[in-house]
Amino acid sequence: MNTQTLEQRPTAWERFKASHFLHSFRTDKVAIISFSVFLFFALAALFAPLIAPYDPYDPAMIDIMDSEIAPAWSEEGDERFALGTDAQGRDMLSTILYGTRVSLMIGICAVLMQAFLGVVIGLAAGYFGGRVDSILMRIADVQLSFSTMMVAIVVLALFQAAFGAELYAKLAIFMLIMVIGIAEWPQYARTVRASVLAEKHKEYVDAARVMGFKSRRIMWRHILPNTLSPILVISTVQVANAIISEASLSFLGLGMPVSEPSLGSLISSGFAYIFSGSWWITVIPGVVLVLLVLVMNLLGDWLRDVLNPKLYKG
Amino acid sequence: MSTQESLLQVRDLRKRFNISGDFLDQLQFKGGKIVRHQEHVHAINGVNFDVSKGEALCVVGESGCGKSTVARTVMGLLKPSAGSISYKGERIDHLSDTALLPYRKKMQMIFQNPYASLNPRMTITQTLEEPVRFHNPSMSGAEVRERVKEVMYSVGIDPGWGVRYPHEFSGGQRQRISIARALTVEPEFIVADEPISALDVSIQAQVLNLMMQTQEERDLTYLFITHDLSVVEHFGTRVAVMYLGTVCELAATKTLFAEPKHPYTQALLSAIPRLEDNRPNHIKLQGEVPTPVNLPTGCVFHGRCPYANDRCRQEIPALIAQSDGSQVACHGIEEGRL
Amino acid sequence: MALLEVKNLEVTFGLRQGAVKALRDVSFSIERGERIGIVGESGAGKSVAAFSILNLISRPGYISGGEVLFEGKDLTKLSPQEMRDIRGNRIAMIFQDPMMTLNPVLTLGQQMVECLKAHRKISTAEAREVALEKLRLVHIPSPETRIDQYPHELSGGMRQRIIIAIALLLDPPLIIADEPTTALDVTIQAEIMELLLELCDSQNVGLILITHDLGVVSQVTQKAVVMYAGRVIEQGPTKEIINDAQHPYTQGLINALPQQTLPGKRLNQIPGSMPSLQKIPTGCAFHPRCEFVIEPCSRELPGFTRSGGCSVACHMVKAMKEKAAAAG
Repeated sequence: MNTQTLEQRPTAWERFKASHFLHSFRTDKVAIISFSVFLFFALAALFAPLIAPYDPYDPAMIDIMDSEIAPAWSEEGDERFALGTDAQGRDMLSTILYGTRVSLMIGICAVLMQAFLGVVIGLAAGYFGGRVDSILMRIADVQLSFSTMMVAIVVLALFQAAFGAELYAKLAIFMLIMVIGIAEWPQYARTVRASVLAEKHKEYVDAARVMGFKSRRIMWRHILPNTLSPILVISTVQVANAIISEASLSFLGLGMPVSEPSLGSLISSGFAYIFSGSWWITVIPGVVLVLLVLVMNLLGDWLRDVLNPKLYKG
Repeated sequence: MSTQESLLQVRDLRKRFNISGDFLDQLQFKGGKIVRHQEHVHAINGVNFDVSKGEALCVVGESGCGKSTVARTVMGLLKPSAGSISYKGERIDHLSDTALLPYRKKMQMIFQNPYASLNPRMTITQTLEEPVRFHNPSMSGAEVRERVKEVMYSVGIDPGWGVRYPHEFSGGQRQRISIARALTVEPEFIVADEPISALDVSIQAQVLNLMMQTQEERDLTYLFITHDLSVVEHFGTRVAVMYLGTVCELAATKTLFAEPKHPYTQALLSAIPRLEDNRPNHIKLQGEVPTPVNLPTGCVFHGRCPYANDRCRQEIPALIAQSDGSQVACHGIEEGRL
Repeated sequence: MALLEVKNLEVTFGLRQGAVKALRDVSFSIERGERIGIVGESGAGKSVAAFSILNLISRPGYISGGEVLFEGKDLTKLSPQEMRDIRGNRIAMIFQDPMMTLNPVLTLGQQMVECLKAHRKISTAEAREVALEKLRLVHIPSPETRIDQYPHELSGGMRQRIIIAIALLLDPPLIIADEPTTALDVTIQAEIMELLLELCDSQNVGLILITHDLGVVSQVTQKAVVMYAGRVIEQGPTKEIINDAQHPYTQGLINALPQQTLPGKRLNQIPGSMPSLQKIPTGCAFHPRCEFVIEPCSRELPGFTRSGGCSVACHMVKAMKEKAAAAG
């Protein structure tokens, strides 16, 4: 037998360092900046309790006398509050840190929920095909024809009316995750189904079938790992979308309560004061929201370009 | 017919694919009425053959002749529309996936495209160990690794490469790994669907040699699907030539190459470019392969056959055994016209 | 003067791991009406050679040295505008996949007329006449109806005929065919090859046939150029190369064909596989797979040695020639 030898195998870290993925990241300024900004927000949100100078959830730390103080850099500012305070006298910096935390958490959890539903349904539809596929995809079509906002508004308003605002305030975060998660699974289902259809006809799937592996094993162990790239791409964009949805709902008064504000409810609560000159209550969280969503979309675009199998074969 | 033990029997196998789409697509407005209209691709139309133990039966034909469909139907990847497939006398064409499990260990398959037949997200070791564990749940981890190591050695792959992913290998090495995967469950019968057509000439020789070597070492039987007649001449024990979903000639390799009988086989043989040729000197066929959606009546080859007569246009010829052991489906041969 | 003369052509790909030479020191020439074959396995650089003749190498690749003299002009120095005038007009190219050249939303007639009008001052009616004439030339049955059909209405073999007709539209003196029959069945391949051969003779067109199939080369071409890892290793009259190859790689390639071995016996395989361009071995690129390695093979790039009508890049052949010369 002829002997064939390969050179010493590089370690996983070395391979990552030499990878196309890292290289295209390093040569793309937009990606680097977006990722840095996102990382900044994510870390700030994660460590909010350590970083924030005040606890906005603690009524004892709030003094109504401090309300509507302008940011520290303006003439009427107070150095205790770097970004000023809101109408209730809460420190804006702390509130925004906690708000970003809530927004990100809702966004990520809602997307996890979407991804779970979408992957299961998309895999089944794509793999089994035929009638299963038709039924599941028609359900997805119906779901998509109701807009996310419409479903969310109806469900949340009904819940609030039925169980009262107090219970709602307690469960708001779960309700938002549920509603946004359920409303947007068809995006995932369609993407997963499309890539499953493409993978299913490759010979490694036939090889697995010839081995006698069960459908479930083939779906999860063989096909799913090969559909991860598009899932990753839509996930970044979907988190941004979920954050926007949550902000919109909060702005309409159906989202997070004022006592536990997200970025959306901050913007909403400050909106009433914008004409009395207290612009910062709305504008600063607004800028944070826009930045956060923007960098996530930019990252999503970059990921799509890098992972696009048509442009680059891994 | 050979008197050797017959391993696989294929009887009057037919497969058609419905290409008319959804129920709604099938509805057509014709003559003031809505009618349901269905179209089928007739991929295999009554194929009969036996594979005897220890031989390499080659199925040859041009693209669209149904040779890959035969392979996939035999392996249970497709359900036949009609006919039967028996393995050692037991019918296997209508078994459920669970009932097929014991046969999966005995019958394995090698695929055409070495770049698509290995899961890109699994290392070579994972790819090779999974089937062993699956089919031998009682085996210990060490036994599984031992089996995989032995198979990797036998196909010329260093077991130390097991931690790598498929994209780190060349086409020829991947095809070795594919062969190794089929061998891990210790099969006795292997269907090879164009295993070398995606490879370079020098690599084709390596892989063919490997397949011949494993055949001797493991007493394997092959059903070898290919479009390359020069490979068949070298590799096959017997050859089945397919045209438009039917077998038109089935003969021992030597007989077929020395004395091709069916007009299509003759044309196919003459078209192989050979080193000693100074210019193309093939038998010209008129027209083109008809579509398998609307099969011609009678002999499927009659539209291109220079010897076709009225009987060829109307009656489907059956495979008839000749004095030299070959079987030919041609009215002209039967009547002694050719 | 040769119709096309390629001299020491070198193509480099600027990858981020460093510059990689996809083509080194490639030289050959072709006369009008001559047919030459460029043979090699995948990765040998035969397609790169064809594309660089037409200056079609796209970034990160570029022609880093050498000349491509076509009718006395160096094609590597032409402006994109001048190059467009050569492509299609003076040198036509036939690709492996006909659908790469055919536009699926235009009828064959529209595409052919458009192509003619781009290069010639000609009325639509006249252009259509020329198109019909070329379709007849490639033996398309009932060209008057075919000309108004779309590419998808034709079979694979028919499409490749159309491509040849399009290549002939402007009566170019040279056609480059890159694996023109690889996607086709043997019977159709034989027809297309015969057609190409017939046309080269009747129209006095030069043909560069790029293929991996030695049988096809033997049938169609007069001269053959064998490539390995981006370099020409042997070239000369086709018959000589097929019957009496000098380079161990060419020998290995020919001997690996199933028809060279008795049925049932093991084939003569070349061990190992073609190196990737990033990892071309030093010296002769073939030496790790070669069974005749002698001392200078692993460090020195072999120059060309004449042997009969062929020139061969092999230390072994050179050493044997020198020995023979010293003895006789």
